[in-house]
Amino acid sequence: MLGQIAYALPFLAQGFAVTLWVSLLVVVLSLVAGVMMGVGLVYGPAPLRWAVRIFSDTIRGIPILVLIFFVYYGLPAVGIHLESFWAAVLALTLFKTAQVIEYLRGAVGSIPKGQSEAAMAIGLTFRQRLAYVIFPQAFRRFLPPWINGVTDAVKGSALVSLLGITDLMHAINQVIGRTYEAMPLYILGAVIYFAVNYALSLASRRLERRFSFIRE
Amino acid sequence: MSVTPPANPALLDVSEVSKSFGSVEVLRSVSLQVTRGEVVTVIGPSGSGKTTLLRCVNFLESYDSGSIRIDGKEVGFRETGTRQRRSERDLAKMRAETGMVFQSFNLFPHLTAAGNIMLGLRKVRGKSNTEARAIAEHWLGRVGLAHKADSLPAELSGGQQQRVGIARAVAMEPKILLLDEITSALDPELVGEVLEVVRSLAEDGMTMLMVTHEMAFARDASSRIVFMADGGVSAVGPPAEMLAAEFDNERLRSFLARFRASHF
Repeated sequence: MLGQIAYALPFLAQGFAVTLWVSLLVVVLSLVAGVMMGVGLVYGPAPLRWAVRIFSDTIRGIPILVLIFFVYYGLPAVGIHLESFWAAVLALTLFKTAQVIEYLRGAVGSIPKGQSEAAMAIGLTFRQRLAYVIFPQAFRRFLPPWINGVTDAVKGSALVSLLGITDLMHAINQVIGRTYEAMPLYILGAVIYFAVNYALSLASRRLERRFSFIRE
Repeated sequence: MSVTPPANPALLDVSEVSKSFGSVEVLRSVSLQVTRGEVVTVIGPSGSGKTTLLRCVNFLESYDSGSIRIDGKEVGFRETGTRQRRSERDLAKMRAETGMVFQSFNLFPHLTAAGNIMLGLRKVRGKSNTEARAIAEHWLGRVGLAHKADSLPAELSGGQQQRVGIARAVAMEPKILLLDEITSALDPELVGEVLEVVRSLAEDGMTMLMVTHEMAFARDASSRIVFMADGGVSAVGPPAEMLAAEFDNERLRSFLARFRASHF
């Protein structure tokens, strides 16, 4: 039994690499898109605020699985054909972006208005105010929910296996299909997912402590 | 209109400024001039528009009509006659010409005392790190906090925080300093140290427009006192006249009477 699993390890490692690659893409893309849209939601003109609000509320109201199938099977109907890999990345990114928007709104919204005003009063431009006054303070509040979201993204990436992408989950299922060793392989999978996420939580806690000197 | 400017133009010229929040008129055609080196104190009951007026001067608040000029330049709107709001970049430049000290200090909690002062010097005035640090240390020395340069705001008392707030504002070499009830959030025993700093700035000739409830300080330190009521300027004059019991303004007299009753 262990021999069979050992034999399958390189295959599982490839799946694990895909899981990490999907997670990384989703986390980075959603961070960039979410922060930009979140800034639009907090500071933008009314039409932009509405657009972001509708986007966020809609996406967050749809189960992620539905979103994945919608992007992969639904979008071709309107002429958008995506490879399964990119369809999955897009769907997960949309989902995560909506969450990042809300984390950002919460974090930035928690900074007292006087901070922006003091920054304005010394003549900082909008971008400078964000970069040097608002974001450094909001970061500490943004971080914990965001890292939580990152671990969700790693776990949620297992859903891409449903589009036939050979990530860790799919690889495990395939090995089980050949070896019929379900229990040890699922435990192995669980341990790998746990190890990644636990490492992330530890990193998060260190970062939070690093920024805890900021008191109001 | 005359082309040549008047001989002694006002540094700050607020002219018939009105502003409403919804249906509430908070400023009613307010006019007020401050000349270079003057210290003008605005007093009045809460809700009379004092703070709003101050916030309009550096355009933290917009106003509906009238004009506010600093050194002849309209603060918030382009000078095209169309009343178009200035661009974000222009507004930032204009705001750098005025300094503001806030009731709630509003120090940046993630930066040290020196860091608070250096931020504007570096990013707005384009000073190098070394230059900015030297200026910050100079001003921290002026407000008696040379030894606190590397302390975070949370490690300072209220009075110390406010003195850093003043240093942060004046280090930018503003044309005019706006002080918005800067001692109202302080414990009584800390008020004196902050007012002392303001007094020394006044002696240096810093032009100031301040809102305060410290009547004794207003009387001693101001060149003129402006009394606001219901969003308008109700009376203006030298402190000795304005605060005298027989001054010919019923509202001012009753304001001062109520004020004295509640403070002594």
